Amino acid sequence: MTHPLSPPPKKDPQKRSVSPTRPPEVRSRAALHLTAAAAEGRFALQRCADCGKVQYPPRDACSACLSTDLPWQDMAPGGTLIAETTVQTSPRLYFRERMPWRAGTVQLDAGPTVLAHIHGDVARHARVRVTARLDQAGQGVLVALPETDTPNMKDDPLMRALSADPKHRRVLITDARSAQALALARALQKAGAAIIFAGEPESWRPYPQRAELEALGVQILPMDVTDTASVKKLAGEIGGKTDILINTARFLRPGGVLDRGDTGFARDELEVNYLGLMRLAQAFGPGMCARASDGVNAAAAWVNLLSVGALSNARPFGAYSASQAGAYSLSQSLRAEFRPSGLRVMNVFFGPTEEDDWYQPLPPPRVTASALARSVVDGLQRGLEDVWCGDIAQDLRDRFRRDPKVLEREMTLGGEGA
Amino acid sequence: MSTLANLATRIATGEIRVVDLTHTLDPDFPVIILPPEFGQCARFRMEEISAYDHRGPAWKWHNISMSEHTGTHFDAPAHWISGRDLPRAAVDEIDPANFIGPVCVIDCSDGAAEDEDFELTVPLIEGWEAAHGRIPAGAWVLMRTDWSKRRGAEYLNMREDGPHSPGPTPEAIRFLIEQRDIRGFGVETVGTDAGQGNHYIPPYPAHYYLHGAGRFGLQCLSDLDQLPPTGAVLIAAPLKIKNGTGSPLRVLALVEET
Repeated sequence: MTHPLSPPPKKDPQKRSVSPTRPPEVRSRAALHLTAAAAEGRFALQRCADCGKVQYPPRDACSACLSTDLPWQDMAPGGTLIAETTVQTSPRLYFRERMPWRAGTVQLDAGPTVLAHIHGDVARHARVRVTARLDQAGQGVLVALPETDTPNMKDDPLMRALSADPKHRRVLITDARSAQALALARALQKAGAAIIFAGEPESWRPYPQRAELEALGVQILPMDVTDTASVKKLAGEIGGKTDILINTARFLRPGGVLDRGDTGFARDELEVNYLGLMRLAQAFGPGMCARASDGVNAAAAWVNLLSVGALSNARPFGAYSASQAGAYSLSQSLRAEFRPSGLRVMNVFFGPTEEDDWYQPLPPPRVTASALARSVVDGLQRGLEDVWCGDIAQDLRDRFRRDPKVLEREMTLGGEGA
Repeated sequence: MSTLANLATRIATGEIRVVDLTHTLDPDFPVIILPPEFGQCARFRMEEISAYDHRGPAWKWHNISMSEHTGTHFDAPAHWISGRDLPRAAVDEIDPANFIGPVCVIDCSDGAAEDEDFELTVPLIEGWEAAHGRIPAGAWVLMRTDWSKRRGAEYLNMREDGPHSPGPTPEAIRFLIEQRDIRGFGVETVGTDAGQGNHYIPPYPAHYYLHGAGRFGLQCLSDLDQLPPTGAVLIAAPLKIKNGTGSPLRVLALVEET
């Protein structure tokens, strides 16, 4: 049984912080599909369209019939641990620092035998659930979990390495005024976050949820993502103890190009949604990257809340969607820039929200702040890169993947005229 | 000695005191808040271009951005719909002689301390004149409330029914323009109108009447308690912005030590 994780002791100021190390990153292009599925929490393998064989490891042709038509399909997780070893030494720094390491082979009910990391609570030759997770190199790996949940199983060192669990971590919510900030703070607290900080822009303007955030024990500190000096200042103060950053700062107004007639709100959208993200990353990113292997409360994840309009422009929020597309693209650059440290970038996509006033004229469904907060915490606990919260986000994702041009055409209908 | 040489000498010797009535341009200084569907007043922002580093090894400089109406600022007649068709209504067109002139300071600080919606009324102005003499034509009239000493949320004093801060009644501002022919009206609050000024008829009477009559406004002034009721000279020159409706500026007062 996994020992419950204790809160980490205060850092010894005479000790150097551990530099981040990573497991191997190189994969074949075919194998990256396993990573892509793991990035959103799915376990998928190739199933040959011609002969039906499920194969592992991923290849460019079917190992049974040489077909190259090898669609990826979600797999049933069931399997049996058939062999295992505990690795005691490795030439790879990442594993050397984490020895001993348990690995083995699992006979999947779906057919193939796979190589997997093994959770500490799995007994020899036991039935297991196989799940795909992202490791610190950002690559998909398979993990054999006990068939049913065991107490404290998320506290296993393996699971900590394959997640960004908020438990015992210190989280910064960048905008306390956000319609989602309070629900996020509640969910994070429930998930065991050690400290929740919240940045507060424009303290000279009152807002109702401040009292509730304070009552929860959230540490409210001044920061405005449009003010570079304030972002640098807060990073100077708490950047070294920010383990998870959740960017809730968002500027949202309806309107596209012609119906606005000026660039005023667009400028605000870019200042907050795009440049705000950049300012935060420039101020907090280097410190978080440096602390990505810093023990139980190592810096673990950078979370962006993005409108699904980032994928394909969504009227009547055309200009806002453009700013979200910019932020999404920037998040991909951040992924590449954070990758050497192992710091994760998790994007949470969602459609119209319940609590943001500007969506009030839109029909349901709308994403509630508490649903979004649940998705964020769940994504962190599972170490995801892409989270799709709510029916609208999932529907647009699926249509985007089927054919981006068809989706674009549907999103840009002119309406029936004469 | 010529008048100007005399002035310069007396400033140098401290016989004439230069009082700064300006707030520091600070990213965190409050600006007026309008309903969110309206365009908003930009906050002051500053981005480093270089700081003796790889972006410019021997120099430090910043790009700054703000609204014409951010921080301590000047309102030109073109700011309001009532002044839109007046000649020379933009900051770049105003005769610069208007930027230096006598100033009367009406102390409303006791009233504002007791009542955040304190109103400057005609009887109050007449009472002030009984003590300090008639307001001369062409004078700036400043309403001292000590509001500039407030910090944070206390400054805008925003509540669910809008901001609460002192200001003039419609009758008072008309009296100052029509009966006293003032040059302009200045305040320590975020607007020349009271926080609840949109509930007067007409809404925002100070803006409406002042600018409709080609007069000026000064807002977010600081330290008006440093000025005597009469006798000081105000220097308030806005930036020369083409078709500008206002401008952040440094407001100085010359005060003769007695």
